[in-house]
Parts: sequence; structure tokens; C-alpha cells
Amino acid sequence: MAGAEAASPRPPVAVRPARRASTSSWPPLDRVAYWLCWATGIGLCLIAAAIVLYMLVKGISYVRLSMFVDSPAPSLHQTQSGGFSDPIIGTLLVTAIGTVIAAPLGVALAAWVSEYARPAWLSRAVESALEMVAGAPSVVLAIFGLLIFSQGFLGSLSQHSATGGVLGQSFLNAGIVMSALALPLVFASTRESLAQLPDRLREASYALGKTRATTIRRVLLPSVRPGIASGIVLGMGRIIGDTAIITILLGATLRNEPVGGTPLLGTLRGTGSTLTSYVFNNSPAGEGNSHEKAYAAAFVLLMIVLALNALVTRLTGEREPRIWGGRTWRVLRRGAGRLRWTR
Amino acid sequence: MYTGARKQDHGRSGARADRRAERTLGALAAAVLVLIGAMVVTVLIKAWPSFSHNGLGWFGAGGEVDTELRAMREGTPLAGHSIYYFRAWPLLWGTLVTTLAAVVLALIVSTFAAVFVTEFAPAPVRRALEPVIRLLAGVPSVVYGLIGILALAPWINEHLISNGRKQSVIYVVQLNGANLTTGTIILMVMITPIMVAISTNALASVPIAWREGSAALGVNRWRTIWRVSLRTARPAIAAATVLATARALGEAVMLAMVSGSRAFSANPLDGVTFLFEPVRPLAAEILQESEGLTIGPLGHTLYAIGAVLLVSAGLLSLAGWAAKQPLKRYGIRA
Repeated sequence: MAGAEAASPRPPVAVRPARRASTSSWPPLDRVAYWLCWATGIGLCLIAAAIVLYMLVKGISYVRLSMFVDSPAPSLHQTQSGGFSDPIIGTLLVTAIGTVIAAPLGVALAAWVSEYARPAWLSRAVESALEMVAGAPSVVLAIFGLLIFSQGFLGSLSQHSATGGVLGQSFLNAGIVMSALALPLVFASTRESLAQLPDRLREASYALGKTRATTIRRVLLPSVRPGIASGIVLGMGRIIGDTAIITILLGATLRNEPVGGTPLLGTLRGTGSTLTSYVFNNSPAGEGNSHEKAYAAAFVLLMIVLALNALVTRLTGEREPRIWGGRTWRVLRRGAGRLRWTR
Repeated sequence: MYTGARKQDHGRSGARADRRAERTLGALAAAVLVLIGAMVVTVLIKAWPSFSHNGLGWFGAGGEVDTELRAMREGTPLAGHSIYYFRAWPLLWGTLVTTLAAVVLALIVSTFAAVFVTEFAPAPVRRALEPVIRLLAGVPSVVYGLIGILALAPWINEHLISNGRKQSVIYVVQLNGANLTTGTIILMVMITPIMVAISTNALASVPIAWREGSAALGVNRWRTIWRVSLRTARPAIAAATVLATARALGEAVMLAMVSGSRAFSANPLDGVTFLFEPVRPLAAEILQESEGLTIGPLGHTLYAIGAVLLVSAGLLSLAGWAAKQPLKRYGIRA
């Protein structure tokens, strides 16, 4: 190699395009700024790595498989205070309720604002109102929810207290208010994707004599499926990560406490906890104060968030934006067809 | 919005179905709008007794927040005051200090980081940074709080606060790891990724010809970024700052965990000690007193705190909208 290089004359340096900025000719202050850019970029990576590694170490040393099946128990001893099966069920329930409400509502609102938007003032008002909700603190949403759901006529959503008042705390109520966290995200993501669709898609559909409603349902929404999906997943992430609404509207009790005998409905009307409130209550700031349980639950929580993150990255991948939705549907449909034939 | 479709609807039943769909969706939108309006109104109504009993003094200083709230919880008014007596200044001050400090720090960090991502980062680093930023934005605040109170706070308590400093203010306030600095640092880490994401988008959409023009004039790369890219993206960066401010303002859980257990009005005149004094922001106070939301006067006071937060959030979203306006002129989406 070295011999070959010595034999052939080197090409002039100027011809080669510089692979990255050479700062040697810059004034000192500019060079400082350049290195500050590097420092902040690498710094962010290090912080993220530190958080993940720290939680990984803590999680691996404290998570036991039994924690996933044991209910929490009131005990000061870490060995007897049980696991977090109830909070995991709680997280799933609240996320499911919130998503089931927010997803269709967000898509419908986005479709209306982007395709109909008449009268114009109403659509502008809806947009700014949703933007305000996106910026509103979740504590405020929670106390508003408590105010509404402790009204008598909504008593069937939670339970009546001993004195006859409505408690206002239940999975249903928490889930409904949680949907307000996810709604702006689903809305914004869907609306953004709809705005980016070329008009020729709409024109082609109208040219075939399709109405606007049909165009939205059959052409536009199917082609923004990845955008909708990533909005939903982002919304789920926010729901899973929120603590304030859980503390105020779900009671953050030790165990899920169903009301009445009906299995699922009883749980939905009862109080309970999620992973976030479990972490909060077991941290030094809460009543439980057992570090190990808090770390273990926080680790599980972080893993869920990481998985959702990976999903978003997958959904919004730049290369082929529609492959996930398309392929999944195709596979599902083919699977369903096969199922029908074999049966 | 596409407006050219109305003429195309010729099928009669199809047109009717279309109109029905439009009306249904429009009604849905109106309902959501009404619900959001109702939220603002009900919170304000519920908050009114607290404001009307205290007047503008509500926002002023005087007395201990913790004592006042305890009096409401127990139903025994403080001597010489009504049961509603409340002075929110320590909480407002706590919110202002933590939010402002975190936002200013995050603005600096995120601007450099966004420039790094768009201009200087080699491709592999850039590919790594994207999930990193998404991760930092996605970590639940309770996890940040847990790390703060179990890892960062003890470290600060042991290494940064000397015993002499603790002794010097022992009769006024107890210093420990949960304090203004801890809260601000973690708050900064929480809001930086939001700002980086928006600023990066804006920087990336600055027309390349503008930067090339500057480079062709012999301006070095940093100066080009500083004078052309950042200046063009300034409205987007301002909008990102506003968004981050709203997020910081509403952060309750993490700050309830790490910013100190007492609604203390940290005093900047204390010098360095100021940095280690506990504070408690508005949102954290609601969370910490959430058991008392149904107790008459205490509830009204907490809703009043909520109303202040809600109005601030509304004003901030207005500010964000105003900040984004100049971008339309350049035809940049952000």
C-alpha cells in the first residue's frame, strides 16, 4: 500500500471535497461555538445513555419475575410488599380507554379541519383550542375532570361515597381525561399528514364521481395511516407517562378496587393505580418509600416507553413511509383469508 | 383545505351522505370546542371565591403558604384573616424561577444541539441523535423525578452543599438535595429535546440557496449559521421556547419530587445559598394537596392555582401562535 502511494503522485488537496468543516481558519470565538455544538450534541447522547444505563442496572438488580404477578401489599418490608401486577393492569386499562376515545375523535377532527373546515372561524377555533389543550398542564385537566365527574349525573362512571356524594375517581374517568392528553397529538399528526398529501389524490377521486366523505374514508385516511398510527403511539406514550391525572382521578390506591360484582365494569368503575403512580408512591416523595420497588416499576415503565419509541421510529421511517401500514395490513388480510379457507 | 369539490358532487344520495358526514364531523368539532370552553369557565368559576376573598393580594407575598393551606384543611382560619386567606407569591416565585432558569438554559443548549444536528454532526452521530432526542422527550416525568430524588439529589446534598452552609440558615430553612438547582437541572433535561426537535426542523428547512449565498461571499460556516440560518429560524425557535415554557410551567410530578418539600420563597439575596433553597411551583402544589380538592376553601384555592396555570397556558399558546407568524412569510413550515 505504502509503496503504491509513494509511486503515484498524490492528487492535489483542493480537488478533494472537505468531508467536514475545517475550522482552522476561523476566528477563535467561532471555533468555540463549533466545539460547543459538539459538546451539547454529545452531551445529550451521554445524558440519554446515562439514564438508560442507570435504569437498566437498577432494573436488572431489582426486578423479579414474581413482581409481575403479585399484587402490591401494605408492608414496610420490601420482601413482603408484593409486586406491581395491579399497576400494570391499571396502565393497560387507562391507556386502552384513553386511546379508544382519542384515536377516532382525533382523526375525525383532523379530517374535518383539513377537508371541510366550514365555517372557517369554527375550524380555526377548534385548532387553537386543541393547541391550548396540548399546552395545558395535566394537573389542570385532572382537577377539571374531578370537578365534572363528581357531579351527581355522572355518578355511574365512578362510585358513591359513604356520605352520598360522588367520588369521581375511577378508571373510566381517568381514561376519559387521559384522552385529552392524546387527542392533540393524534389530531396534529393526522392533520399534518393530510396536509402533505398531494391534491391530485383528491382530484382523482372526485373525478371518479366520489363524494368528499367517500374520498376521505377510502382514499385520504388509508394513505395517511402511518401518520395516524404514529400520532396514536405518541399519544399512548403520553398517557402511559402521566402521573398527575392518575393521582387525582384514579386515587392511586394500593390495589385496584372494583365496585360491585360485575367483573370488568366493576374494575372500570373502581379506583386503582398505574405504574407511574406506583413509582411516585414508592419514591421518597410518596408514602410507600421503597426504592427497590420504585426502581423496578420505573424500569418496566421505561422499557414500555422505549418500545413505543421504537415503534414511532419505525412508523415515521423516512425511507418508505407506508411500508409498515401496507405490509401489516396485507399480512393480516392474507392471514384472515387463509383462516377462512382452512376452517 | 380543498374547496373545489362541491361542484363534483352530483350523485344525489351521495351528496346527501356527504353533507351528513360534514355535519356530523362539524358537530363533533363544535362539541369538543364547547367542552374545552366549559373547562376554562368551570375552573374559573370554581376558583372565583379564592380570588374574590383575597383580591390582588392573592398574587402578593405575605405569610407561609403551608400554614395557610393547613388552616383551610383544618377549617380553623388564621387569626385576623378569613378562611380563604392565601398569598401565592412563594409558589408563583418558585414557578417563575424554575421555569425561567430551565428555559434559558434549555434555549442555549438546544440551539447549539440543533445546529450540531443539522450542520456539523457526521451522519452516524446524526442518526444516533434522533432516537436519543425522542427518548429524552419520551421518558415519563415520574422516572425523571425518581432519578432526580434518588441519584442527583443525594449527590448534590453531599458534594455541593457544605455543612457550614446548612448551619448558616438552619433557623430559616433546612437545606437538602431536593432544591431549586436539582429541579431546574432536571426540568432543563426534560424540555431541551422538545426545543431541539422543533429547532432542528426549522434549521433544516432554511432554503439552501440562502446559506450558499452567504458561503459564496466568503463567510465561514459558523457565521453563516449564525447570521442566516438561525436568524431565519428565529421565529420557530421562539415558538419552540414558548412550547417548552408551557411544558415547564405545567410540570407537576417531577418538581413535586425533587424541588423541595416546603413552599419556601427562595431569596436571591442569599447568594449561592439561594441555589440550594427549596421551592415549590404552582403545579406541584396542586398535586401535593390533591387530597384536599373536595374540601371547600382549600379546593377553591387549589382551583385558583389551576386557573392561573390554565390562563398562563392559554396566553403561552397565543404567544406561540404569534411567534410563528413571521415564518409564513418565508414559506417555512414549523
